[in-house]
Amino acid sequence: MKTKWLLTFSPEMTGEPVTYKLIKNFNLKINILKASIDLNVSGSLLILADGTKNEIDSALAWLKKSGVNVDSGDSQIVWNEALCVHCGACTAICPTKALSLDPSTWLIAFEGEKCLECGHCVPACPIGAISNNKGLHNV
Amino acid sequence: MRTVLFNELLSVERSFLCLRKGIKMAVKKTYDEINQKIKEGNAVIVTADEVLDIVAEKGIREAAKHVDVVTTATFGPMCSTGAFINFGHADPPIRMTNVLLNDVPAYAGLAAVDAYIGATETSISKGIGYGGAHVICDLIDRKEIRLKASSPGTDCYPRKNIETWINLDDVNEAYLYNPRNAYQNYSAAINTSDSPLYTYMGILKPAMGNVHYCTSGQLSPLLNDPYYRTIGIGTRIFLAGAQGFVSWMGTQFSSGRKRNENGLPNAPGGTLAVSGDLRKMTTDFLKPAVFKNYGISMFVGIGVPIPILDEEMMSCVSVSDKDIFTSIEDYSFKRRDKASLGTVSYEELRSGHIKLGGKKIPTAPITSLHKSRQIAKLLKEQIGKGEFEITRPVQRFPLDNTLKSLEIKSKGEK
Repeated sequence: MKTKWLLTFSPEMTGEPVTYKLIKNFNLKINILKASIDLNVSGSLLILADGTKNEIDSALAWLKKSGVNVDSGDSQIVWNEALCVHCGACTAICPTKALSLDPSTWLIAFEGEKCLECGHCVPACPIGAISNNKGLHNV
Repeated sequence: MRTVLFNELLSVERSFLCLRKGIKMAVKKTYDEINQKIKEGNAVIVTADEVLDIVAEKGIREAAKHVDVVTTATFGPMCSTGAFINFGHADPPIRMTNVLLNDVPAYAGLAAVDAYIGATETSISKGIGYGGAHVICDLIDRKEIRLKASSPGTDCYPRKNIETWINLDDVNEAYLYNPRNAYQNYSAAINTSDSPLYTYMGILKPAMGNVHYCTSGQLSPLLNDPYYRTIGIGTRIFLAGAQGFVSWMGTQFSSGRKRNENGLPNAPGGTLAVSGDLRKMTTDFLKPAVFKNYGISMFVGIGVPIPILDEEMMSCVSVSDKDIFTSIEDYSFKRRDKASLGTVSYEELRSGHIKLGGKKIPTAPITSLHKSRQIAKLLKEQIGKGEFEITRPVQRFPLDNTLKSLEIKSKGEK
């Protein structure tokens, strides 16, 4: 199974080779989508982790024990379907077709698991129907 | 020369497409006959999408006999949009000189309490986050709007300042008057430079990363009546949920463009100036649009019924996306006349990507086809119920208009 995690580290944890441990100790295939460290040396890492349910659960337990905050879900990006006029201005901007137009109904669909979290769609939407306000929940 | 002859031919025969396709004209229906059939509930009304299958099955002549009205529609950003408002007189009265509506300036160089709020005008306090388009939608949604106005004061209008709240039902008149909507065609946009471009056509990625296009193609009003035979001044239209009218030819009306064998221009051609009562509109079909680093525009929903008077009109409405072409313009070329990188059909644009210079480039519309179809269907229903009468234009548009450019010169210079 695949799961998308946003890991948030305290400044003390920033030096830890967390990704290495997730691969080595829990046998997870890790795809790093985004990594950042702020001015207070708090770090965050957005990853797509692929492994068995058992491996994922054990890794999650270890992360929590180590004091890493884990948010999970399809995507940080939130698409507000009620506001959307289905113009399409976001679709060629999206690099992974996570936002796409159905070729028969011409309605927009958002598939969060395909989202790379680049955020380029947010300013591309003329209606303001797409926001980057953490559509992930704490696990 | 060719264009002149061609237009004379049109004005006499109005059967250009049929002549070209070798179709003899035999069907003849008048506006009155069509409206009578609508009244009796016997009219056949279909959308410009649906008519394609009918023509494929029956052919032009039989389809022309069978179908009475074809509905067309578009829903895209149209910057040249705005509303006239008459606020009514205060006591003592004021001749408003500077007008703000929710901090958005409105033009008041008219009679005492008349003003025009343009969709692209931006708030003096919020910048492009709020503007004229937002004020118009807030009015339609019956939200209260803060009106501030000032004046030097005159003998007949002594008041110098006013601050109050208005809403759409309290003002005397409020009507949309859009000087340029519903472009007959529009060039697709691309960016060949190495940095992103933020335009009214959306975000254009560097190095030809995407192509954006913006008409509803085979569903678009003026692409279904290329020579403005049934769409002219006085034509009743669906305007943002209300029944509005074509009030004039739109600005930058460019009917004299070179056309393809279907009579369609491959570049921006005709346009419409439209008006309608704001009180009868809905924000389902009128929406503010904010384009990053560009500014405010407004999505406007327009639907136009096309009466099938004869085989010629059926030929016109039978164009499909594969017959409609547009040029691809490079928006990184920062001049009036942008470099064209070629011509593509709407069928290619709709496929999701085009090939250009050996590169596969993703394409995306800026016009909502979903909303356009919704409008075409709604209009079809309204006509079917006898709520929407088909009107003959009181004046047709010229067919030879060309665009003028603005030259920078000194006084008296030719």
